[in-house]
Order: sequence, then structure tokens, then C-alpha cells
Amino acid sequence: MKRIGVFICHCGINIAGTVDVKRVAEALKDYPGVVLATDYMYMCSDPGQSLIRQSIKDQALEGVVVAACSPAMHEVTFRKASAQAGLNPYQTEIANIREQVSWVHQGDKEAATEKAIEHIKTIVEKVKYNESLVPLSLSLVKKALIIGGGIAGLQAALDIASAGYPVVLVERSDRLGGHVGQLSGVYVNFDAAHDLLQSKLQAVQNNPRIKVFLRTEVEELGGYVGNFTAKLKHRSGNADEEPTFSEHAFGAVVVATGYSLRPLAKFGEYGGGRYPDIIDALTFEQMLAADGPTGGEIRRPSDGAVPREVIFVQCAGSRDPEHHMPYCSKICCMYTAKQATLYKQRVPDGQAYVFYIDIRSQGRDYEEFVQSAMTQQDVLYVRGKVARLYEQDGKVVAWAADTLTGKPIEVQADLAVLATAVMPAEGAVELAQKLRIATDEHGFFSEAHPKLRPVESLTAGIFLAGTAQAPKDIPETVAQASAAAAKVLSLFSQRELVAEPTIAYVDEELCSGCGLCIPACPYQAREMHPWKHKAVVHEALCQGCGACVVACPNKACKLRNLTPSHVLAMMDAYLAEV
Amino acid sequence: MTAGATASLASHTRTQAPSAGATQAVLRVDPTFLRTVESLSHENIRLCYYCLKCTAGCPTAYAMDYGPAHILKLVQLGQKDRVLRSSAIWLCVGCETCWTRCPNGIAAGHVMDALKQMALREGYAPAERRVLVLHRQFLNSIRLFGRVHELSMLALYKLLSGDLFTDLDLGARMFLRGKIPILPERIKGMAKIQQLFRKQPRGQG
Amino acid sequence: MKYSYYPGCTLKSTAIEYGWSTEAVCEALGIELVEIEDWNCCGASSAHSLDHRLALALPTRDLMRAQALRADIVMPCAACYGRMAAADHRMRTDPAWRKEMEAEFQTEYIGAARPRTLLDVLGNDLGPEALAAKVKRPLTGLRTVSYYGCLLIRPPDLTNRWDDPEHPTVMDRILRTLGAEPVPWAHTVECCGASLALDRADVVTVLSGRIAQGANDAGADCIVCACPLCQANLDSRQKGVSPKVPVMYITELMGLALDLPGRNKWYAKHLVDPRPLLRAKGLE
Repeated sequence: MKRIGVFICHCGINIAGTVDVKRVAEALKDYPGVVLATDYMYMCSDPGQSLIRQSIKDQALEGVVVAACSPAMHEVTFRKASAQAGLNPYQTEIANIREQVSWVHQGDKEAATEKAIEHIKTIVEKVKYNESLVPLSLSLVKKALIIGGGIAGLQAALDIASAGYPVVLVERSDRLGGHVGQLSGVYVNFDAAHDLLQSKLQAVQNNPRIKVFLRTEVEELGGYVGNFTAKLKHRSGNADEEPTFSEHAFGAVVVATGYSLRPLAKFGEYGGGRYPDIIDALTFEQMLAADGPTGGEIRRPSDGAVPREVIFVQCAGSRDPEHHMPYCSKICCMYTAKQATLYKQRVPDGQAYVFYIDIRSQGRDYEEFVQSAMTQQDVLYVRGKVARLYEQDGKVVAWAADTLTGKPIEVQADLAVLATAVMPAEGAVELAQKLRIATDEHGFFSEAHPKLRPVESLTAGIFLAGTAQAPKDIPETVAQASAAAAKVLSLFSQRELVAEPTIAYVDEELCSGCGLCIPACPYQAREMHPWKHKAVVHEALCQGCGACVVACPNKACKLRNLTPSHVLAMMDAYLAEV
Repeated sequence: MTAGATASLASHTRTQAPSAGATQAVLRVDPTFLRTVESLSHENIRLCYYCLKCTAGCPTAYAMDYGPAHILKLVQLGQKDRVLRSSAIWLCVGCETCWTRCPNGIAAGHVMDALKQMALREGYAPAERRVLVLHRQFLNSIRLFGRVHELSMLALYKLLSGDLFTDLDLGARMFLRGKIPILPERIKGMAKIQQLFRKQPRGQG
Repeated sequence: MKYSYYPGCTLKSTAIEYGWSTEAVCEALGIELVEIEDWNCCGASSAHSLDHRLALALPTRDLMRAQALRADIVMPCAACYGRMAAADHRMRTDPAWRKEMEAEFQTEYIGAARPRTLLDVLGNDLGPEALAAKVKRPLTGLRTVSYYGCLLIRPPDLTNRWDDPEHPTVMDRILRTLGAEPVPWAHTVECCGASLALDRADVVTVLSGRIAQGANDAGADCIVCACPLCQANLDSRQKGVSPKVPVMYITELMGLALDLPGRNKWYAKHLVDPRPLLRAKGLE
């Protein structure tokens, strides 16, 4: 019989406060197959792990059960410790007596202790049937797909390509540069966006490892980390021509699809887009740009006159859970200060008003920049949200209010610029479905962990960069793009990918080729062998969920180290206690 | 719309009624008042972030001593006396523009109603006396007839408000056009109407 | 098309021309109005200002009485509509309150009668073809501005957005069907001053004055509205507005376009007489 060691963790008082760990150890000492049963304060600590390693050597253990917290916490830790002592890691299993026993039965210590004993015994039975397994190694295509040709996509492409790997950059419009290409000067130095972008564009164009596809979108994405297959749809310049398709293999994907602004039509109280001189911030930005439609001249759309008074309305559609977006769009306070400053520089005797609720200026030199707009440029900042905008007799009328005096205010100006809410790019949710990554309730792609994993999606191999993940400005976008690239490079630096072997397999002798397991699989990890007429598992895609095991009428499909023999032995152990 | 006179908090303190501490320029905060008013009005006043979109769109804010957002702020700070003496609560016409536009879904007008009712319960003289007189005579007319009889209602309003002579010409023109019937119409279900009136008035609930 | 009808207190007095024109127009268009028997006043803004329970109970009595017909209740007055919609909403969403009202009126509330504004019914239920077919005297050359005021379209949570609260268009559509020329302007949903009509007439003069002047600035011949208090305020408080703008009820213009009898009686009720305008445009 396999020689099994049982190690029971106190986890401080997390387990020992409810479960009588000493009694548990006593109960397991004499259980058939158990040659060692002991307890320790924190099994995951260095001394705890040393205890496991030493015991494996001293007692010639062939199996280890660690009764502790959830396997999600330290299964890897204990398996590694076992491997270091020469024991196959898959002979080490966790009995969860914290989340499943002590934490949920704090009121009844006697029952908790009994349950812990029972639980550990079943895991001992499981280990008796465990095979020594070897992790799967999968090949890795060291080529990256970047979706989106804005500043985030360009930066990620450059970082990955400069490390020596090929990149395909896909952009759905007919030019690279994204929204940065529509900007005039950027805060805080008023560097021309055009120049910033040019440096990146030149670098991309000159890099032989970067292949750019314009007017192209991702039609389908299949496969898994290290081995994605993407079908790309290429539109030609002519509306009449049918699109063409191409297929490519990639090891990693970076999603950098950018943002859109909430449309003016959504703002009934601001005219709903019906008034020519009530525009949004990007439209004003294009007016400021030297290479824009007005050649850098600020003009009223209605009559082409130079506006002598301009109202800037912040928070149009942001921080408005009732009608629009509940979140803050982050960039508007800063770009509004910039736009007001640029307006004053070009129309020195003009008057600019900014209506705000708060000022959020949290980067280097940002606060000073906004203060400078207020003091040096003489922009009048009024704290109060604008209730209505309309045009009458050639003037834009604003009904606003000032918080500090509490009074309503009316201003008549020549032009109104709305800082409308930053939203995900159109089609983001559909793309997320194609890529099988998650979005939040607004359509921004979800990162794997809000604090510690900001550039990874929950799908291995797919990374996020830029405003596609949440509103942010250019330095943050560039940083995030480089971070995503670093993750890709870390992936590509491996010789091959390693995957867990505790997945499904097919006993061909028992398999009748009925095919019921194939639609049962949520990961499309199975297919019928072309001539053997037996089910085949795609090991890299299989997540070991067990749906196929349930579907198989012959029990030909099993999970490694959780076969029917395992399960029945565990059931016997439970039922024996009664 | 004219901006109206700027009314600083300091000047309000001095001209307000002589309750103890009224000449203090420093506010004493009572956080429990917020909860009381929230529960009477059924409005989540604590969600307000004082953007003032309500004040900006309020048609009568220009004539008020405090705009609707300021009333909410004063409620939050527990300034019960100030709020119940304000003209704001009486000048709200219930146009619901505030509720329609508030980013946090607060109906400031409903808070105004709750405060009017509180002011009356606690014996505060309304800052806009005539507004109360008109509302009272309107309801009185319903209590007598089940429907509003303008002639008697207007006459009583004029007498009780002391505003005898304004709009006499307007009244005459309306009367001559047959828009002010002489005799009231009394509905049959008066017993029920009067029963409704006898129930204690209370805030939302 | 059959509806319960709640005229409201003013339709037999200060808004009598609205009442007459409503009944005439509905009859001509085949809209049957069944007046709620023994209806009581909705309480308007005075009830919700002074007594919250009364403010909901008064219109609830009318809602209960309208149930038997199992038809929507059509209301010409915006304030009555606001109060009925609030009472109906409370009955549907607050079970404890509904029980209290059912006990008060000894009647089960089945909610079979939804409150509707007259403008909603004329604009959305009737359909432009049915109206166009009956137009005999198109209002050609009449430039109008549509004035909604507040309670027809606010608050959107209670009105079910039968028209847009910031930029409503149903009235314009009706007027176009009648052959008139609605012109764009900025004051459609601004408040006229409402119940401050007598006790703070100065406020009404400012608010209604601005609206009337706005109609002039937009180049309109007249203002069209669908609320008795709005009409009264706009009609009576145009001090400083020049020229004075006639304020028509939508139903009066419909009655004109449909060539219904007795129109002169309606016009005679206005303070700003619309007849000179209508004659100048060749419409009367």
C-alpha cells in the first residue's frame, strides 16, 4: 500500500480555533495507508515546507495529504515542495479543512473536528489511486497580434518587435494613430500630438517585424495561449468590393481598441446635437489642430466667426448614474484646462468659462497646469453643473449655477464645448465575445485583478492596453501598453508552455464513438478522430471541468487522478463513518 | 434671468429671527436632521454631490433665498431653523425639473414639500405668507365642494392675504368673459372627501 | 376609441374654452369620452405642498371610480395628469399603500385605467392619417411654437416618456398635420410660473413674459399649449411683451382645422384675442 503522510495545518487560529487539530492527527495516525500524521502551525511557511520535504525523505513517503486552506491558495506551493524532495507533485493533494470546514462551522467545534477527520480520510483514499503525472508541454507561436492602431497599439507593437518578435497590428480605420491623431497640443507642454505620433508611426513603419493591416478587423479568434488562430477581415478602399479574409497563428494578443465619446444626441438638455455651435471636445480639438479641418483656426460652425466667448462644460455624461455614465472619465478636467488655455492664447481678448463639479488633476505638474489656466490665462472657473444649453439669436445660452453663492447663473456665449463621457470604442462588446474575454457593465474590457494584474484579461494570452480597459490619458496608456508588451515578452521567453495534466483522457477500449462528449465540452476541446472513430481530447484546451465525464455513457472518458475508482473510494471513506 | 441679490450666509444669520445662537456666524451641525428629512421625503439626499444642476434649471431659483441644492446642503448640515424659515421651500412650484435632470435621481422638489409640511407642523410662519394662504384656500374649497370653486376661493384668498387690490382688473376681465362661475358645483361624495381631510396630514409614508 | 374622461376643475371655469374645444374635437374624431362619475379635484400643487397623504388620496378616489370602464383616463390638464400619474404609480409600486387605499375606498385596485394626457392620446393613439383625413381648413401660413410647460412631460419616471422631456415633438407633429408651420424655439419645456399665478405674480410675469417674448423672437404668430394654467399665465402676464402673443389651446386649432362649429365662443374667452391674427391669416 502506498505510504502516505498527512500534515495538518493550524493556520494560526483559522483552522485550530474551530478544529481540534491534535485530535485529527491522532485519528489519522492509524488509518490504513497513513504512516505519518502530524500537525504544524503554518504548513505553507518555510519550516512547514521543510517538514514535508524531510518527512518524504525520512519516511519514504509515496503520497502526501496537506490538510489546510483551499488548494487555490497553496496547492502549487506544496506540490513544489514535494517535487523538491523527489516525490511526483501529483501525489500531493490538499484537504481543504479551512474554507470547507473551520470557516463554515465555527459554531460547532465537535462537528467541525469530525468533518475534518472525514474529509482528510477521503483525500487519503484519493491519493492511494493517484498516478504520477507529468505536466503537458505545448508549443508556442512567438508572434503577437495587436488589435487597434492607436497610441497603445503602436507602443505595444514597438516594444514587442524591438525584443525580436514579429507583430501583426490590425486597425479597422484607414489610418494609424487613433484619437491622438485628432489632437492638437497635449497637456502639459502643448507638444504637438502630430509630432508625438509621427515618431511612433515612423518607428512602426521602419520596423520590418511589424506588419500593419489597415481597414482590417478580427473576424474570429480560436485556440489558446501560445496557439491562437485568428481570422482577419480586410476591407478594401471601395465600398463595392467584398472583403477578403486571411488566417494567422499567434501566441499572444494585445487588445488596444481605444475609446469613443458619448454622442451629443444623448444630451437633450444640451440641445441633443441640434445646435451647430454646441460641440464636443474632440470636435473642438480638431479645430485647434494645425492639420485639422479649420487649419488651426477657432471658428463657430454656424457662421465661421471667431468666438469671443466660449463655455466649456465638464462632466457632460460622466458622474451621472441616473442618465449617463456613473464613472468619472478622468481626462476631461485636464484637457478642458488645455483647450481653454489654447483658446485664450489664440483669441487673447476672448473670454473662456469652465463649468465644473470638481477638478481632478492628479499627474505630474497637472495641478499647476490647471491653476495656470485659472490665473495666467484668466479662464473663469465656476463650480456648478450646466442645466441647459440652447441657441437663440446667434448666441449659445447656458443656464448654470454657482455653488459658492448658491445662485443661478446665465451666460451667453458664442460657442459651447462639452467634455462628453469617455466610453468604450464602438463594437467593443462584440469583440469581447469573439475573443471570449470579459467586459464590465459599461463595455470596458475587464482586467484580471484591479490592483495586481492591470494588463491581463482573465483569458490567458490576451492582454489589455489603453482606454479600452478604462479611461486614462496618454502617459498611462503608453505605460500600460509597455506593460502588456512585457507580459507578452515574458510569455515568449519560454521555450514552451506548461499546462496542468489533470485533464480528461479517453480510454479507447471503452469509447464507442457516440460523440456525446463533443457538444458537452464548453471549451471546444474535443473532437472525433477522423478514422479511429474515437473521441480525442485537445489537451491544451481542456480545463478538466468533467462535463465530458458526465456525458459519456460508457465511462470511457475520465479525468486523470479523478477517475471513477478515485471517486468511489472517496465515497466509501465518507460512508464508512456512518 | 437676473442673478438676483447675492445672499451670503453671514447676512442671513443677522437678519434671521432671534432664536438662541442666531447671531453666530459659525454653524452648529446636527447630522440627525438629514435622516429625518430623508425619511419624511423618501429622497436620498445624501447622494447629492452639490453639482447645482437643479438650481441651474430651477425656474424660481432666481427669486429664492437659497436654491434647491443649498436647501439640501443646509438639511445635510442640520440647519433646521434656517431651512424652515426660507422662502425657497414656498417658492418651489413642483415643476419636477430638478428630478428630471439630477445625476443622482434626487427630487429636490419633494424635499421642499416635506419641509413645508414640517414648517407648518412646528409652527414656523411661512416666509411667503400668501403662498400658504392660497394653498390653504385651494384645499378649503375642495373640502367644501369636492372641486375648486374659484370665486369663493379667490375672494377668501384676497381677504385673508390682505392683498385686496392687485389684479382686480384681471379678475374683472375673467369674470366678464364668463370664466369664473358664480355658483359652486358640489359633488355627491362629500362624506368621503371630508373623511380624507380629517386624516392627519403627514409626510411621505 | 373610448376613454374615461377627467376634465379637472378649470375646464368648466377658467379654461372653459379648452373644455369646449376638447369635447368638440374628440367627438369629431370619434374619440368617446366617458366622464368619470362624481369626480373630485385632484388636489393640484396645493395638496402635495401641504398634505402628502391627501395629495395621493384625492386622485386615488378618481382612479378607483374610473376602473369600471377598463379604459385609459384622458386628461386635458397637465397638473391633474401629474397627480393621477403619481397616485397610480404609488398604487402599483407600494403594496402597503395600496392596501391602505383599498381599505379607505373599499375597492380593489386593478390598475386597469392608466392616466394619459390629452395630447398623448391625440398625438399617439389617433395617428396622423386619421386626423389628416378630417382636416377641412388647413392652417396654412400660421407659424406656431409648441409650448409644453412642465407636467406634461416631467418627471420622465412617471410619464413613461410618451414624449421626450427635453425636446418633445408630438405637438409639432399634430400642428404640421393641421397644415400649420411649427417653428423651432428654445422655450418648449420652460416653466410658466404655475401656481404662483396670484401669490407671486411677479415671478409669473418674469417666466411667462420670457416665454411669450421668445415666441416673438422665434417669429411665431401664436403659442400653442395643452395646459389650463400655462394658458392662463401666458395669456394674462405679458406685461412688457410686444406684440402680445395669442395663446391657443391645441384643441382650438384642431377645431379650426376640422371646421367645427362654435369656435368663436372659444376665441372670445381669451384675454389676448386671437381673432385678429386668425383673420389676418385668412383662417377665419
